[in-house]
Amino acid sequence: MARMSYLDAGRRALTEEMERDPAVWALGEDLGRGGVFGQYRGLQEMFGKDRVADTPISEACILGAAVGAAMTGTRPVVEMRFSDFALCAVDELVNQAAKARFMFGGQSRVPLVVREPIGMWRSSAAQHSQSLEAWYAHVPGLVVLCPATPADALGMLKSAIRCDDPVVLMEHKNLWALEGEVPEGEHLVPLGRAETVRAGRDLTLVTWSAMRQPCLKAAEALARDGIEVEVIDLRSLWPWDRDAVMESVARTGRLLVVHEAVAVAGFGAEIAASVAEALHPQLKTAVRRLGAPRIPIAYAPPMEDEVRVSEAKIIETARAMLAPERAG
Amino acid sequence: MKTPANLDLPRLQALHALMWRIRAFEEAAIAAQREGLVLGAIHPSIGQEAVAAGVCANLDRADLLLSTHRGHGHTLAKGADALAMMRELFGRSGGTCGGKGGSMHIADFGVGMLGANGVVGANIPIAVGAAQALRLRGSDAIVTCIFGDGAINRGPFLEGLNWARVFDLPVLFVCEDNGFSATTRTAELTGGDGAAVRAESLGIPADSLDGNDLIALDAAARGAIAAVREGGGPRLLHCKTYRISGHTAVDPATYRPAEEVEDWRRACPIDRLAGTLEMAGIDPAALNDARRAAEAEMAEAMAAARASDWPDAALAFADVQDAGDPRERAF
Ligand SMILES: Cc1ncc(C[n+]2csc(CCOP(=O)(O)OP(=O)(O)O)c2C)c(N)n1
Repeated sequence: MARMSYLDAGRRALTEEMERDPAVWALGEDLGRGGVFGQYRGLQEMFGKDRVADTPISEACILGAAVGAAMTGTRPVVEMRFSDFALCAVDELVNQAAKARFMFGGQSRVPLVVREPIGMWRSSAAQHSQSLEAWYAHVPGLVVLCPATPADALGMLKSAIRCDDPVVLMEHKNLWALEGEVPEGEHLVPLGRAETVRAGRDLTLVTWSAMRQPCLKAAEALARDGIEVEVIDLRSLWPWDRDAVMESVARTGRLLVVHEAVAVAGFGAEIAASVAEALHPQLKTAVRRLGAPRIPIAYAPPMEDEVRVSEAKIIETARAMLAPERAG
Repeated sequence: MKTPANLDLPRLQALHALMWRIRAFEEAAIAAQREGLVLGAIHPSIGQEAVAAGVCANLDRADLLLSTHRGHGHTLAKGADALAMMRELFGRSGGTCGGKGGSMHIADFGVGMLGANGVVGANIPIAVGAAQALRLRGSDAIVTCIFGDGAINRGPFLEGLNWARVFDLPVLFVCEDNGFSATTRTAELTGGDGAAVRAESLGIPADSLDGNDLIALDAAARGAIAAVREGGGPRLLHCKTYRISGHTAVDPATYRPAEEVEDWRRACPIDRLAGTLEMAGIDPAALNDARRAAEAEMAEAMAAARASDWPDAALAFADVQDAGDPRERAF
């Protein structure tokens, strides 16, 4: 094990994959200077300008070119800078990348990775803070990944690069500096496999990305009161680890889903509905979701905080889910 | 009319035959749509055959081609099989895409035809990326990207052409200008002088051509493709032509005067080449044979497509993606 930041883990993943496979290359704005957050620092010096390409500010063309390059025998890794800017390339991702293999009857694959930094970070306001993972989970053909730890940032980017499907890899900006243990050797995280971060018998808490940490803290606080929460980091939204979630909720009888994205039509709704449909008789209480209110994200901290799901809110909701039974 | 000297008659005769195959394919497809055999929208290219033939005749098999929603002619000219194409239009098993794409997504990767596209302009960025991949792989193939005059008003045109220039990519852009953006005249919707000057403003050499003059197109495409292949970076050909058929097979195209269509019928690129070939001494009977052979080929393709099976419905779940089973408990 080595200690490393989430940002460096991603950089190590790309370096290892580019060393392993000459078909892997990266393209995006300002990559030669390391990318806006430094995730690409040193890579152009190592691999040259053809394989770490500085592109014009042309998001549609960045993603569209990646589609063409992926259909022509290479494995492009696309940097979108902020997931918000990927909206300038929705046709390229949704109509082209996600559909080419199907539409052409399997004549081609589109093995590309789109790295989309998501989430709230340092008063970035409405156009630089969004978490739109549910949009992509809705689109047949796409894989959607949301790593929350340095080990997953490494292992999931590597697996994404080796995947023959187009993958949307959403890295949370607030996690760049997060340090954690990372395996020394080859580390691949299988797509579609959740991680049960904490075992517990009373309630299943499903989360992903930057909400993993507040969820764990909330679980620790609840444990001090004798409430044992099982925390599942879903990691992969499509495919999602239904088996892990169902198995857990079947034991605990309670499901709480927590995500940073807007609650309305968020991916939590999909999980809640799936669990309610499959496990209704085993549920001890109604499934609950916590997400952001349906408002754009404001700049000023007091207003920005209005969209944050706090540790306190998680604790309060979990307690309420256990309360009726305890009272009775 | 004066016959140009040094005509490569066997080549031109082959291109004449190819144009007839495109025309006959389109006419068969329109007839099949009237019979209810072609289900979805098709965009025929009657009158525009010279662009497909003149450009694609100069590509090698390893070269890649990206086309448009009006892509039957381009696909045939790149070497796809007419029966497989007809089956695709009919949504039948054995279609180029197994019946999953239809006319607007027709593709044959086996001959380097990477797809029509249902989204106007979308293939321009895809084409430049394909060219970038060819370079990374050390291939000396090139990419040709055909688009309509309407596509030059979409953002990806600017992004893609600029991209091809700054990365110096081996791409030939071809603006197949039939004068219409669907059912509205493109001139009414376009600032400036169109594709060629826009390309030149980005540093891409461009030629404006009579898109109904197969001989001129063939020569211009040969020159441009050679320049691109030699590493000169992108080029653009702006080919002015006219769509004699409607925007789709069911469009009566009442938005233009009959005389205008008649004028363009007289400017038919196939008849025009035939005239030149006759003056150069080719037997008119041989030229007529080419037409009859094309019509017979497409009639047969139509009959065979009609007799082909529907694809197995379960194939709707195939080729979605590797990760995550699409059949997995969706409900
Ligand atoms: C992005 C987009 N907008 C609109 C359409 C609908 N549409 C289909 S064909 C067409 C006209 C395109 O004109 P042009 O590019 O000149 O090609 P042509 O049809 O003349 O061959 C339009 C508007 C579309 N397919 N994609």
